Amino acid sequence: MAEPNPIAWWRRLLALPNESRGKMLAMAFLVAAVSSLTVSIAAVVLQPQIDANKAAERQAKLDAMIADLPGLADILAETGADTLETIIVDLTTGLVAEAAFEAFDFAAIAADPETSTELSDDQDIAGIIRRPNYAEIHVLKAGRQVELVILPIYAAGYQSTIRAFLALRGDLNTVAGLVVTEQGETPGLGANIATPAWQALWPGKKLADDDGTLKLAVVRGQGTTEYEVDGITGATRTSTAVGDMIAFWMGPNGYAKVFEALRTGAL
Amino acid sequence: MSRRLRQFLSPLIDENPITLQILGICSALAVTTSMTTALTMSAALTAVLMASSGIISALRRHMPKQIRLILQITIIASLVIVTDLILQAYAFEISKRLSIFVSLVVTNCLVLGRAEAFAMHNPPGPSILDGLGNGLGYSLILLIVGFVRELLGRGTLFGFEVLASVDTGGWFQPLGVMLLAPSAFFILGLLIWAIRAWRPAQVEENEYPLSARVEG
Repeated sequence: MAEPNPIAWWRRLLALPNESRGKMLAMAFLVAAVSSLTVSIAAVVLQPQIDANKAAERQAKLDAMIADLPGLADILAETGADTLETIIVDLTTGLVAEAAFEAFDFAAIAADPETSTELSDDQDIAGIIRRPNYAEIHVLKAGRQVELVILPIYAAGYQSTIRAFLALRGDLNTVAGLVVTEQGETPGLGANIATPAWQALWPGKKLADDDGTLKLAVVRGQGTTEYEVDGITGATRTSTAVGDMIAFWMGPNGYAKVFEALRTGAL
Repeated sequence: MSRRLRQFLSPLIDENPITLQILGICSALAVTTSMTTALTMSAALTAVLMASSGIISALRRHMPKQIRLILQITIIASLVIVTDLILQAYAFEISKRLSIFVSLVVTNCLVLGRAEAFAMHNPPGPSILDGLGNGLGYSLILLIVGFVRELLGRGTLFGFEVLASVDTGGWFQPLGVMLLAPSAFFILGLLIWAIRAWRPAQVEENEYPLSARVEG
């Protein structure tokens, strides 16, 4: 009995008739293994570059949104400030985060058990499983008065994670704008949430009624009140996900504490 | 003309995958609204087609008949994912405009068609050449359609203004219909008509002639 020799073994495999069961299994396995290895290597090598592209795009969209917000230029001119104040807030206290961050990475913070909170099923209306404890928000003040807040929000959509920025006016109840920065929903249907035409429906909508009950929702068909935004036909689940995203982040497990701090002037 | 050269040149006009075989129409409609996307898509498809033809041809003697299609698709799909990732990393803006159409190269009949019809029966060298020829044939049509659509639809080429449009105070009124999918059908139809008028050999026999008079 000769020593098991990989080269001889390989030759024997190649010599097998194509229709034999062994060869079929071996070919299926080898092609699958080599293909998945190639794809994995490419994904790992290229991921940092792709992430950098996405981060740059997010920043560009935020800048574009700030530039587009009506009245912002006037406020900036009045107060003499030329940029928004960027604050990292602690969502559990609503105050400025005590921990220091070298480079703020929202997604990494949400994934790390040390810096995020697990949500129970009934808390987790946005389908995000863990809520980050810290968020990077942008605030514009005229003197002590808050004029505008920009909050990063995200939720599980129909087939991707939807990331967006929501801008609120100084009353913390009127929407100044919504811009979807990242999504991978169905092209032509759900992906329309990223179009300027759909996002233009948001400014002026109200979050809650006079009693403080959160009412803003994305509805089927045409919205009729100032608490309703038109849904996208053929993309019910994407539309609902955007509504749920607002409901979660504006709710008690989202930015409620931050709003409180902003109202009392603690932030 | 040598056989190799003819084999390489014939997919450009005589056996063009789009205008003669009418394959790969879906992406030809979708990505030809501008020259930039048409060119990127052409390069991506040509690269995938050459690589898949080469690999499949190298493995052709060891592909069991029963599972050959699934093996071919696995190889093509992996190449497409890698291409898509490269585009996302180094041509992010364009890759976003191409959206799902790069991933859909997997189901492009052209790629699988060449694998089945040519690469499974020929050695790697000619197969890669065949892939290149067919890729260039596809690219040629995409670029022609893209040229017409971008020029008439926006008055630009590769994003640079060629015809001054009325929006910027010029004289050219852009034809909005050129940016919609049906216009690609019109242009493709006209192209096929032109090619068949020039090369009557491509005209197919009429399988269902209209009768002059319906009986009964």
